[in-house]
Amino acid sequence: MRIVCPFCGERELGEFTYLGDAKPQRPAPDAGEDAVYDYVYLRDNIAGVMGEHWYHGGGCRTWLKVTRNTLTHEISAVEPAAGAGAGQVVK
Amino acid sequence: MTSQPNRLPTNGLIDRSTALSFRFDGKNFLGFKGDTLASALVANGVKLVGRSFKYHRPRGILTAGSEEPNALVELRSGARREPNTKATTAELYEGLEAASQNRWPSLNFDVMSVNQLFAPIFVAGFYYKTFMWPAKFWEAIYEPAIRRAAGLGRAAGVSDPDHYDKAWAHCDVVIAGSGPSGLAAALAAARCGARVILCEEDFALGGRLLADGGTIDGLPAAEWVTRAVAELEAMPDVRIMTRTTLFGVYDGGTYGAIERVNDHLPAPPEHQVRQRLWRIVAKRCVVAAGAIERPIVFAGNDTPGVMMASAMRSYINRYAATPARRIALFTNNEDGWRTAETAIAAGLQVAAVIDARPDVSPAHRSLASKGGFPVLHGSVSSVDGGKNGVRKISVALTGGARAEVEADGLAVSGGWNPAVGLTSYHRGRPKWRDDIAAFVPDGAPPGMVAAGAANGAFGLGACLREGFEAGAAAARDAGRSGSTGSMPVADDEAFSITPLWHVAGKGKAFVDQQHDVTASDVELAQREGFQSVEHLKRYTTLGMATDQGKTSNVAGLAIMAAVSGKSIPETGTTICRPPYVPVAIGAFAGHHRDENFHATRLTPSHHWATEQGAVFVDTGLWKRAQWYPRAGEKDWLESVTREVKAVRSGVGFCDVSTLGKIDVHGPDAGAFLDRVYINAFSSLAVGKARYGLMLREDGIVYDDGTTSRLAEDHYFLTTTTAKAGLVMQHLEFCRQVLFPELDVHLTSVSDQWAQFSIAGPSARKLLQQIVDESEDLSNEGFPFMGAREVKLRGGLKARLFRISFSGELAFEISVPARYGEAMARNLMIAGEPFGVTPYGTEALGVMRIEKGHVAGPELNGTTTAGDLGLGKMMSTKKDFIGRVMAGREALVAPNRQVVVGIKPIDKARRLRSGAHIIPKGETPGPDNDQGYVTSVCFSPVLDQWIGLGLVERGRERIGEIVRAHDPLRGEDYDVELCNPVFYDPDGGRQRG
Ligand SMILES: [Zn+2]
Repeated sequence: MRIVCPFCGERELGEFTYLGDAKPQRPAPDAGEDAVYDYVYLRDNIAGVMGEHWYHGGGCRTWLKVTRNTLTHEISAVEPAAGAGAGQVVK
Repeated sequence: MTSQPNRLPTNGLIDRSTALSFRFDGKNFLGFKGDTLASALVANGVKLVGRSFKYHRPRGILTAGSEEPNALVELRSGARREPNTKATTAELYEGLEAASQNRWPSLNFDVMSVNQLFAPIFVAGFYYKTFMWPAKFWEAIYEPAIRRAAGLGRAAGVSDPDHYDKAWAHCDVVIAGSGPSGLAAALAAARCGARVILCEEDFALGGRLLADGGTIDGLPAAEWVTRAVAELEAMPDVRIMTRTTLFGVYDGGTYGAIERVNDHLPAPPEHQVRQRLWRIVAKRCVVAAGAIERPIVFAGNDTPGVMMASAMRSYINRYAATPARRIALFTNNEDGWRTAETAIAAGLQVAAVIDARPDVSPAHRSLASKGGFPVLHGSVSSVDGGKNGVRKISVALTGGARAEVEADGLAVSGGWNPAVGLTSYHRGRPKWRDDIAAFVPDGAPPGMVAAGAANGAFGLGACLREGFEAGAAAARDAGRSGSTGSMPVADDEAFSITPLWHVAGKGKAFVDQQHDVTASDVELAQREGFQSVEHLKRYTTLGMATDQGKTSNVAGLAIMAAVSGKSIPETGTTICRPPYVPVAIGAFAGHHRDENFHATRLTPSHHWATEQGAVFVDTGLWKRAQWYPRAGEKDWLESVTREVKAVRSGVGFCDVSTLGKIDVHGPDAGAFLDRVYINAFSSLAVGKARYGLMLREDGIVYDDGTTSRLAEDHYFLTTTTAKAGLVMQHLEFCRQVLFPELDVHLTSVSDQWAQFSIAGPSARKLLQQIVDESEDLSNEGFPFMGAREVKLRGGLKARLFRISFSGELAFEISVPARYGEAMARNLMIAGEPFGVTPYGTEALGVMRIEKGHVAGPELNGTTTAGDLGLGKMMSTKKDFIGRVMAGREALVAPNRQVVVGIKPIDKARRLRSGAHIIPKGETPGPDNDQGYVTSVCFSPVLDQWIGLGLVERGRERIGEIVRAHDPLRGEDYDVELCNPVFYDPDGGRQRG
């Protein structure tokens, strides 16, 4: 499998580390235990297209959101995380 | 040394000027350069080359390629002995040594061939049926016996002496196969300007053209091949790789190929690899892998001398070696007749052609009358012969009569199966084509297309056309727009086939010759309810040998279809998986074996430590000095104890550069650290260090370390050695994904700084010899937990931290990594008046246990901050990773196992890690297990073994006597639970 890193270009799988479902959002500090429990433990495991976190540790160290079909490994989109890269700070 | 009785006097693509001697089963033979082991054996009249897997039946050479099921040998000797090597692809070299397999004591007289008499117990599923009971017999009796009786060659049994390489290649178009389709594809793509890699598993280019010739563009095929190859070689972006099999296709247009770089030599030349594993990234792939001729299943079809018709042509035309003198041909298709033509052209006798089709073309009829041989309409029902080859062939004629043919060789053609492996590797299922009675690719993985015989186009003209068009399209798809020039042309031969898979008859008729699966095994499996082809495969083991059923799978399906009354496409195919040919595990490992299994990281002071005679320990990828033995010390404990005493009474130093080090910059650096650590860092004063603890989001402790504030917007964070990379990844996740609103940046500086711990009552005095005189190191000028940049004597800038892991007055000093070794040498020189002692990781560990500091054995992925006695560090004023989950009921339960000190009541007793803690008077067992000993050491200060443990309610039980129960070592002794800080509990020494 090959992933097109927005900073480094097309690179092979061995440079990346998989984390998983990119959908869960870390709850606000006051969201309560149930919300955090869901965030920590409940993950979608889709047979098909899903958004996933991948880390380009063997390259630019950017966390990527990769849209991948888990059945075919076809990658339809790769975006850097919101806080990736220098000077991309979201204010 | 025998002559080569079956070598034709002229022709063939062998180099007669280079004779090569070789040994097979201890006998000496001669062959020529350009031979395979199989062709050289054929030339020498050797028909019997092995015994079969289950029945130990005599077997000969069936094919001339990588689909060979029978002619498997042990090639080479000693450490290079490789079992199950196909004689049909092994290139002959001077001094080649090979031995047949599955025979004892010799190939001609094999004791195990009595297995044939017990054949009924070896039927389909025999493993499951015969050896099921009693269960304990399996390991003790059945399996060893089966392994001795069956099984293939013997592994070398010693380490592989050869090197293997791994390489990447990138191109526009990769082409599998250099037959007419592959060469045409390469020409078209390369002329368009595409970067082309052409892989050919043979050592010669041309595919079937090497054996079958033909006319292309008005030229003899061999001449056309020479011209085509010359044109390709002249182009800068074309790479032709012979002895290279494209064996697999992976996601994203990545292809696996194995290059047999030096297998054609007795041993790889010095500094060269034996094989190279290629990962080829290609925009497009043209599979021009050709087709595999398939056998027809009949009784005695495994007799030596029965050979595929196309293989016979290869031996005669390409290698000028005659497998037989009087040849019969059994065919169900037009193509098989070429073997009769070849035999006649070579001056051999044709005994008869047995054609299963109703009609034979006029051209072939006249060939028969000219050659003086009969054409028999019907099928071969059995072959009479033995280990010395074919003697007589029984023919069931159409209409019911019978005939017999005397011959010493039988060529068989049941039609051709396109090589659908590569196109089917992504769970693709080939589709059935009635007109050629074969499966062809039905689509392919993205970017791949099959052309020519691999796509079911069997005529030479069609192969050239399909290959050329596929090559041109691939180049266009890859963005190349050059001109293809003119397409090579050739006539198309007529092709007609009457499907025939199995001829009923008396005697064993083999479908899978390598695994000894017969037609009746397939029928039996079907009767026993194995309806799915995947079940059939596993129950009979059909197609599961090293040849992966290249000559047997389709026949097996066809027989299954016939008995179940279904069509072949209804019966379906099994899933194909890579690799297409066996690939040595060594090739996948490449250079990553033994000491190169993973990278080795050396600390900045490594070479100096080596000079000091340090003993090193592997810590992840690192080599760390474990202790520094001195002359006269009898064991490690004596050395370590000396090092600890030297630190506690004077001064020592230790390379701690393996800790992960991260620079955290930015106006929000403090806010960021507040969120990743349980304790606050935004409140840390500039010039101060603080111990920090990180949790995972589930509330369990992740890592710890000291983080210092060097400036308002600059922190220097350290991690444990083990988690250095993971913490960096985690912090980047926090920064980029969780908290993108924070203006903070992280830089890994683990490799940039060499860091040394300098500890002991004389640490300050030693350090004063190292740092510039202007630096104030007094307790007031640089108090405990101070952190700042300092100037060293000579002007070098360093980072200095007053932190202590040992419990002594201690500093850690960081210098740019390139000065690490110099720092170690200078500490030795400057420290001489103070008796400075380098210490290793063991002494470091002893002192941390004496001080009750937690480390890896306690930060074990199950403990909370509270378990470690650090619960009070958890800030209640801020949110941080893991805060909410750490508050869950079970993680704050009062009966959790928590860190406590442990010491044996008998001071002479050695405490052992892993011993379980059981209350006094209770029977050891899971119900009474209250924890275990996590870390132990011999404490020079207390002059006894001490340890840390995780014990239920441990902190409330200080002073209680419990049992340390150690069933693994057969020990059981009393220990006392105590304060984990064994040494200087009020911390006066480190603050002094
Ligand atoms: Zn990148």
